[in-house]
Amino acid sequence: MTLHSPDLGKLIFGRLTLEDIPYHEPILVFTFIGVAIAGIAVLGLVTYYRKWGYLWSEWFTSVDHKKIGIMYIVLALIMLLRGFADALMMRGQQAIAFGAHEGYLPAHHYDQIFTAHGTIMIFFVAMPFITGLINFVMPLQIGSRDVAFPFLNNFSFWMTVSGAVLVMASLFIGVFARTGWLAYPPLSELPTSPDSGVDYWIWGLQIAGVGTTLSGINMIATIVKMRAPGMTMMKMPIFTWTALLANVLIVAAFPVLTATLALLTLDRYAGTHFFTSDLGGNYMMYINLIWVWGHPEVYILVLPAFGVYSEVTSTFSRKRLFGYASMVYATVVIAVLSYLVWLHHFFTMGSGASVNSFFGITTMIISIPTGAKIFNWMFTMYRGRIVYDVPMLWVVAFIVTFVIGGMTGVLLAVPPADFELHNSLFLIAHFHNVIIGGVLFGMFAGVNYWFPKAFGFRLDPFWGKVSFWFWVAGFYFAFMPLYWLGLMGVTRRVRHFDDPSLQIWFEIAAFGAVLILIGIVAMIVQFAVSIMRREQLRDTTGDPWHGRTLEWSTSSPPPPYNFAFTPQVHDIDTWWQMKQHNWRRPVQGFLPIHMPKNTGTGVYLAVLSFIFGFAMVWYMWLIAAISFVALLAVAIHHTFNYDRDYYIPADEVGRVEAARAGASA
Amino acid sequence: MSDMTMTVSGGSGAEEALRFHVTEDHHPENATLLGFWLYLMSDCLIFACLFATYGVLGREYAGGPSAKEVLELPIVAVNTTLLLLSSITYGFSVLEMQNNRRGPMMAWLIVTWLLGAGFIALELTEFTHLVSIGAGPGRSAFLSSFFTLVGTHGLHVTSGLIWMIVLLVQVGKKGLNAANKRRLMCLSMFWHFLDVVWVGVFSFVYLMGVLS
Repeated sequence: MTLHSPDLGKLIFGRLTLEDIPYHEPILVFTFIGVAIAGIAVLGLVTYYRKWGYLWSEWFTSVDHKKIGIMYIVLALIMLLRGFADALMMRGQQAIAFGAHEGYLPAHHYDQIFTAHGTIMIFFVAMPFITGLINFVMPLQIGSRDVAFPFLNNFSFWMTVSGAVLVMASLFIGVFARTGWLAYPPLSELPTSPDSGVDYWIWGLQIAGVGTTLSGINMIATIVKMRAPGMTMMKMPIFTWTALLANVLIVAAFPVLTATLALLTLDRYAGTHFFTSDLGGNYMMYINLIWVWGHPEVYILVLPAFGVYSEVTSTFSRKRLFGYASMVYATVVIAVLSYLVWLHHFFTMGSGASVNSFFGITTMIISIPTGAKIFNWMFTMYRGRIVYDVPMLWVVAFIVTFVIGGMTGVLLAVPPADFELHNSLFLIAHFHNVIIGGVLFGMFAGVNYWFPKAFGFRLDPFWGKVSFWFWVAGFYFAFMPLYWLGLMGVTRRVRHFDDPSLQIWFEIAAFGAVLILIGIVAMIVQFAVSIMRREQLRDTTGDPWHGRTLEWSTSSPPPPYNFAFTPQVHDIDTWWQMKQHNWRRPVQGFLPIHMPKNTGTGVYLAVLSFIFGFAMVWYMWLIAAISFVALLAVAIHHTFNYDRDYYIPADEVGRVEAARAGASA
Repeated sequence: MSDMTMTVSGGSGAEEALRFHVTEDHHPENATLLGFWLYLMSDCLIFACLFATYGVLGREYAGGPSAKEVLELPIVAVNTTLLLLSSITYGFSVLEMQNNRRGPMMAWLIVTWLLGAGFIALELTEFTHLVSIGAGPGRSAFLSSFFTLVGTHGLHVTSGLIWMIVLLVQVGKKGLNAANKRRLMCLSMFWHFLDVVWVGVFSFVYLMGVLS
């Protein structure tokens, strides 16, 4: 038997053929060349500067929550570029595809772009962003030395990367789903989507979802078990509260996604009939299930952002957060209500007036705790000494923008109105309004706020402000026209229009997208300028903003063990109180510190998961089986390692602390 | 160390010493059992979805066989007995673990394994029989949801069996140290959890299916 024998080829390559490489599509070929050149340049630089060993031992295998948090955010920013490139392409297409002009994107490509845009922005931008911020900030805020399960944390991160890489692979090998970001059946079933697209979507999300669920469990256990002595639940910083609730939602929602994806997988791979239109299948069940996950998901994203706004507002208003307890209760109420509204995503299913009224009313009720939060932020600012540094600018932009998004949300919650607006551009404008104006603005505020904690120098404020203004102006130009178009009845995911009177609005929206592009470029410039000017922007105090919570009590960047002595908490604004009492970092009496060891197992498991996912997409059964067995073997092998921790000796802690004291003197 | 403790005035005017850090060694509680509980609850939600799916599709026979026609209670009764017994024997194993008696602990774990393997063997026999009479998972939505719910439980039991072998080897090599005891407790929770889920499957799928 030779290598070219069709049977052996099929055994190894499954259904993957040379035809699946899109060398006949110029856009993809040029993207590939660009990615390849950039990729080779990055790999070349790392090799040239001999940084592979450093990256591997200090970052990739690190179980330090701070480094994992930073890696999550780097992943989110990289994927933001991909997701935004998709957005620009869509805006460009819709701005020109009128009448006789077909635009530049063929239908099968355009459909992949809107699917990839939604999938990437939610799963690989917003999710890593919030997980990254929570990872970095929360253990510092609760005065802990790490998370409850440090290895699991590293593993969760790499599973998210593995899912992201699988979705990216679909760009150059085969196709991505053309079904929209939630892959509704029956369209996503095998007869109507026989190619690799939906399978990439399924396995990408399933692999990343494992990471997300495990990370959720890890964060809950950390917050419940590892708070510094004295930090009762009602003395936790508000960001930690929102992190707790977001992770409770993750653990309570992501298993539903896992199960739903598994059922769709069985339909596509094993010929079952869960969501088919024949032999008793029921595709509306998929839509119910996916939104039982999907609605809590948007609160998973926005609650930590609310936490960021709370921290930033009180820091930059130089005041205690107004209404701490009401903020906590509002967060809890939102988390509970997020499970009682899923049906508002498909009032048009026709479940009857009573059911629709119930879900319409629960949806509207959510605006009450959310409104309470808005007032709390404004009352925090009221009579505060507000400092308009970049993080605070994002808060102000958020309050204005989110209120608009919230109000259009309440409009959509009215079932009769929803029958008109369902799947229209009004809906698109609404959820971009709350996700960009709510989640993304919060993440940008958080990055600007905590960057000096992570790296020891502030981000350049000038370029931060340039980025801020282009983002905010761009957002309004890009999405306000969509509200208008939606009211006129334009539906989502349309590639070509006949009515020339609509074109001007799409052109305005495209202009807005270009402004956002400038905002993103300014953000990259901000990072570059800040790194170059890091000595001028250096913060030696560890507390550049006059913060109030424990993360500001340690140096920037914090030592691997975070705190040489575990803090004792008496107040919500612990660090503020410590400053009032002139607390000084102790300089003697150090004890050895117990720390977890780094491990490469997370990377190995993620690589094997990627191979498994890729093999499943292409029906490479042999490789799938081998990689699955290898996954099991590596995981079991890892459990035979009992030597997972070490002690940092007391005198080394003393040396690090002396260096920190010297830096801040 | 006078700078570590500060004397301040409290709200009542009383002098109160506030200490802002812990000078002795501070070790947070081990969170493994809580974490494992949280995992079990997330797994429980996966089963909840499969139960709900069965609830929606369980009567969609699509002209194929109904639950009453294909499910056989006697074989399931034996199966259920095996699994319930295995939970008891796992309990005996944990009792021996707490007494630090490694030999009997491992012996009870092996009995548990055999009972669990018996359960899987019977389930596989049932599945093979169903497929052979043309009642496979692709026949109707009822059978799809039946095979998925019961099969997912079976896959969990299988992973429990693999885990049991791993733990037997580890206890054999390292003895009943703290890490191994913690792992045995986690597997114990997992095993009892699967038992509870099976009680649901048995009542909801088999009893209600056959008796309706």
